[in-house]
Amino acid sequence: MKNFGHVFSLAIALMCMVSCASEQQSKEVIQNYAALVLDNYEAARQDAVLLKEAIGKFTTKPSEATHQAAKDAWKKARESYGITEVFRFQEGPIDVIEGEEGPEARLNAWPLDESYIDYVEIDSTAGIINAPSKTLDKASLTAANESGGEKNISIGYHAIEFLLWGQDLSPPGIKQAGSRPHTDFVDGGTAANQDRRRVYLQLCADLLLDDLQLLIDQWKEGGAYRNKFFAMEHKTALSKMMTGMATLAKAELAGERIFVAYDNQDQEDEHSCFSDNTHRDTRLNLQGIKNVYFSLIQGKENQSIHDLVQSQDTTLAREVSNAFELAEQAVNSTAIPFDFAITADTERPKVLAAVEALEKLGDKVAEAGAVLNVKVGME
Amino acid sequence: MRIAYVIFLIGLATLLWKCQKRLLHRAKIGEELSGGTGSVKDATHKAFDFLDRNLHKDNSFRRFFESGESFFNTNWTIEGASSTARDGLGPLFNSNTCASCHFKDGRGRPPIDTTSERGLGLLLRLSIGNDPHSGPIPDPNYGLQLQDSSIPGIRPEADFKITYENISGRYADGDLYMLRKPQYKIVNLKEGPLTATEYSPRIANQIIGMGLLEAIDEATLRSFADEMDEDGDGISGRPNIVPNIETKSEAIGRFGWKANQPTVKQQVAAAFAGDIGITSSLFPNENCPPSINCDELPDRGTLDISDKNLDRVALYTSSLAVPWRRDWEDQEVLAGKKLFTQANCSGCHIPKMTTGEHPEVSAFSNQTIRPYTDLLLHDMGEGLADHAGDFRATGREWRTPPLWGIGLFETVNGHTFYLHDGRASSLEEAILWHGGEAEAAKNSFVNMSREERGQLIKFLESL
Repeated sequence: MKNFGHVFSLAIALMCMVSCASEQQSKEVIQNYAALVLDNYEAARQDAVLLKEAIGKFTTKPSEATHQAAKDAWKKARESYGITEVFRFQEGPIDVIEGEEGPEARLNAWPLDESYIDYVEIDSTAGIINAPSKTLDKASLTAANESGGEKNISIGYHAIEFLLWGQDLSPPGIKQAGSRPHTDFVDGGTAANQDRRRVYLQLCADLLLDDLQLLIDQWKEGGAYRNKFFAMEHKTALSKMMTGMATLAKAELAGERIFVAYDNQDQEDEHSCFSDNTHRDTRLNLQGIKNVYFSLIQGKENQSIHDLVQSQDTTLAREVSNAFELAEQAVNSTAIPFDFAITADTERPKVLAAVEALEKLGDKVAEAGAVLNVKVGME
Repeated sequence: MRIAYVIFLIGLATLLWKCQKRLLHRAKIGEELSGGTGSVKDATHKAFDFLDRNLHKDNSFRRFFESGESFFNTNWTIEGASSTARDGLGPLFNSNTCASCHFKDGRGRPPIDTTSERGLGLLLRLSIGNDPHSGPIPDPNYGLQLQDSSIPGIRPEADFKITYENISGRYADGDLYMLRKPQYKIVNLKEGPLTATEYSPRIANQIIGMGLLEAIDEATLRSFADEMDEDGDGISGRPNIVPNIETKSEAIGRFGWKANQPTVKQQVAAAFAGDIGITSSLFPNENCPPSINCDELPDRGTLDISDKNLDRVALYTSSLAVPWRRDWEDQEVLAGKKLFTQANCSGCHIPKMTTGEHPEVSAFSNQTIRPYTDLLLHDMGEGLADHAGDFRATGREWRTPPLWGIGLFETVNGHTFYLHDGRASSLEEAILWHGGEAEAAKNSFVNMSREERGQLIKFLESL
């Protein structure tokens, strides 16, 4: 009986040690997440600076070469932005800043009202660019992005994409992106209002930098959201991190972005439809989820959610890792470009397989949450 | 001695039992599950955005749900965009997404400043009369609905302004209350004179539990009706009878403030056409202002939304779970529930019923639900009358709106505006506006003590 008492108190002490240790571990994981977010947004802004410079050169001296350089810079900028989407879906700064709508809709909104911005195939005079009476400055374009209740999308990455590539009117089988000529930006070249088109493009690049800076300000050392995030209970912070992961994997990627397009077979029901770059969006989004789970900062692993799961349930930890591998394989085997993958009969089954693999990944993340006693909201 | 002791104990137990019975209201088993076994236990701002719990593990259903959700949430673009699945906005519209009025699948609100706020969920229906079989008769220039937004190059039809007149009154115990009666003024008319004198303001409804409401048998709804008020309780509900476009037959109307749509799909298609300017096989005609030749507008000559995508949105709209009730075992709430029944609010806001067979989704079939509605039309008195008929509904009749989820509007949508035009800024005001067939119930509320009124409100907040 006496011994039993000893064992009992020892067990209590051990439990406390374990839980204290795991509290310390959780704290580190949460700090690493904040470091990852900041690192990713800073990288996204650096690439956006390069994009702005390339656009500056292109609009100053439009040529095939400067046009191509601007397009390359856009694609590079998307690489660093794509992995940040996992920071959405958890009421973080990208979605909400102090009760106000965050910059997501200004950065990455889709689908785009192309004819709200510039000419389209069926209307050569459409858009703000072709309405010289409309002022072009940052304020007016931001206002136009959310004019009244009607949210016509006029700025962000996809607006820049449209201005650089133009509409993709070729059939998917040809695997060609939009082919706007650089002369759309040359005075006296193709399409009217070239001067306004140049200004519009530059303004969009400027706005991108402003909005990315907002996010950095929230997440940097001493930033308002960072402080708030660190003040949260560990479970709450972990819940946000994992909700972002699971929602992006299952609801957003598998569901809204891939399955919907698969279901529709509408050539351009895809995010980067002008540049045919959607396959990168998909792969980068998945990479972003992986970065959060393994706490991969600049490719280096840190104390992570994976470690937390590992210390609770090694089998499940292995299953989650496995789900990541299968999702990567499935997504990587889908055809490029995306419009071809969703429309060609031989390619469609691979797209559906990717949907299934991403769903499973989302489910596994939810299971991992359950083991950590962390709520993973997914709708 | 021993026997006396036992008798004493039995007596004590009986007394305690009786006291307990008098003091304790008990919740009914399962009454927290407003939307049946598929109800979702969530009371956050996302409470209306969950797939029915009986369906959320069904991957193929869930994918279609997400597909529909994307068409519900994403903005529609002007004709000519690359994403042809999502273009065709306007030319006239109230908003360019479903989600802007049904924000977070919840309840819209009237604009506070009508010049700067649009597309938040209040619109005006217009008519110059009504035919009980073919429905409201459109204004020759403005049609059946005022659209205050338009695509570039086209003028919006008009704007409207709301002014409120304050009406004060007193409860029986002397407490003061204040009601706001709205007046609508249509201004900046762009399409010539307005003939319509009947304006029917309508707030965007929360869209939870729609499939369950669709699954209620017509016979069940008819059993609630008492058109001639044969039971003499002053309540004479009757169904609206409206055309079902797909089956080319008549059916009981279930959805909308005047129950003018028989199915979720038709409701969705009508909203697409009227509110966003999206044509579909059910409503193929573009809403075109007389000053515009819509044939000259950029158009690819096809319907804006395909049948497949329309089905997806209808599926999404059908299958949003109803949230669990909160505090259903709370004594105050239970006292309020009793008052709700005693005042015969439950005469129209029927608490409980069982659904029949849903033609497509078995998860909606044979569910015991607690929607607090009969889906029937009732004369609500002059105070609420819009004087606009809508099929069988007269200008004084409204459909009993379901009360499930009503306690979460503030959490989900950040406001407490109730009734068809959002005039009531609290639940008390919403009750006080009741008249006509609900006059007696309203008077019961007016005669309640402050404590009782508080209990009734607490009950409503738990729904």
